[in-house]
Amino acid sequence: MNFLSDPIKVISTWLTSLLTGWGLSAGLTSVLLSLVGIVLMITAVMVLDIMLVWVERKVVARFQGRLGPNRVGPYGLFQPFPDIIKLIIKEDITPDGADKLVYNMAPIISLGSVIFLWAVVPIAARIYGADLNVALLYMVAAGSLGTLSIIMAGWASNNKYALLGAFRQVAAMISFEIPMVVALLIPTILTGSLSLQVITDKQSGGNWFFLLSPLGALLFLVSAIAELGRSPFDLNEGESEIVSGYHIEYTGMKFGLFYAGELLHAFTFGGFLSILFFGGWHGPAASTYPLLGVFYFVVKAMIGYWVIMWIKYTVPRIRIDHMLMFNWKFLTPLAFALLIVTAVTNSLLKGSSFYMPGMFLSNFLLGWITIEIMRFSSRKQRLAVKAPEPAVQH
Amino acid sequence: MQNPWIYVGLFLLIGIIIPIIPIAFSALIAPKKPNPIKQSTYECGIETVGVSQVQLKAQYYIFALVFLIFDVETVFLFPWAVSLNALPFFAVAEGVLFILILMAGLVFAWRKGMLEWV
Repeated sequence: MNFLSDPIKVISTWLTSLLTGWGLSAGLTSVLLSLVGIVLMITAVMVLDIMLVWVERKVVARFQGRLGPNRVGPYGLFQPFPDIIKLIIKEDITPDGADKLVYNMAPIISLGSVIFLWAVVPIAARIYGADLNVALLYMVAAGSLGTLSIIMAGWASNNKYALLGAFRQVAAMISFEIPMVVALLIPTILTGSLSLQVITDKQSGGNWFFLLSPLGALLFLVSAIAELGRSPFDLNEGESEIVSGYHIEYTGMKFGLFYAGELLHAFTFGGFLSILFFGGWHGPAASTYPLLGVFYFVVKAMIGYWVIMWIKYTVPRIRIDHMLMFNWKFLTPLAFALLIVTAVTNSLLKGSSFYMPGMFLSNFLLGWITIEIMRFSSRKQRLAVKAPEPAVQH
Repeated sequence: MQNPWIYVGLFLLIGIIIPIIPIAFSALIAPKKPNPIKQSTYECGIETVGVSQVQLKAQYYIFALVFLIFDVETVFLFPWAVSLNALPFFAVAEGVLFILILMAGLVFAWRKGMLEWV
């Protein structure tokens, strides 16, 4: 056992011997070690979050044919730091009639709920926070707290636009949580566990669940984007109609926390996409050298995050009735159909050599049937609409 | 190792404290010059009429009801999914039947027009 193969174990053994050498009890030592680990983890996540501001601005600039931040440091890399200083020294305005306590708690919960998610994320081999056996349920629960913060912000701001944004977000969240939870059931069926460690370990050696269930990955991506409230489902913000929705009244660092929470949430869901369907930290030589695993995980999460950004900056916002219709009449039935197909195929083909192609084919067939049904129903709708009357010419 | 829930509990505690730090720091050094105009609600320059905590559209309530049914049902599906590999095919078919009954509920709501945003 050396530092390269298990850094956490080496450090914790050294710290444990140091602390027990000072006369601390074993229980207290383990709690103290946990605290050190937690603070390190959250600090790393927050530094990552600060850099995500730069990533987001640079990528949106590239999508819109601009340069983006390029003055402060090489490629504008240090741009987030002046941003943060500016946000901190801004005056914090609380609007008249705002519910002070709820108003101030909302941004804290917004960022906190995203940080909570990192307690269960397996970052690399032997580098993780807690190995919960209900990690997926924990993830759904902590992710929903973000929506709670949005409705708190919208309700407490004493602003009608903010309230509208909050209502829309809640409508989106309670709708899109169903396909997301069902999409989370797919890796659960394939592994037989809710633990994220087990789910990643089952995908070692390039045996990604994306190959077994591409539709599941797609469903998770779409419903995660809706859950994040990102375009095309960014009805809670809707800059052009309800002027950024729930955080319209927030200024200074409180707005900054909402912004940071949103970016980190998107990145975290990119990470979850990679963990659940793309093998997490697994890659060449990653299980012997965990630091390499960290690299693979961050790269995969970044790719997931980039796909979310790509969709955000390409697809225009859709109307709320279309969004709810899209969920209840398309995503939810598809998700349950996929669940049935996956469960039946899994139990029929388990152990046979045809397992992997069978799973892929069943997904492919289901996707194909779905597209055919949609083509059929959209043609019916097109035929039902009368052709517009030609303008009468006098 | 130790109980992971202790770790999660500590994580939740620190995860709440960390976002408080920048807000508290900002409250220390940021200027405070409130005035009535600045503190008025921003609604695109138009003065606010009445209270803002208004009642919501009933449509949200119906979607919330449908959501509640489905969310509770999906919680029942998690134990089934975890033990799926150990189950005989008969139990898998029972789970599928359960999902089909669930889908019948969705079709019912659909036919009743509950899923329309009017």
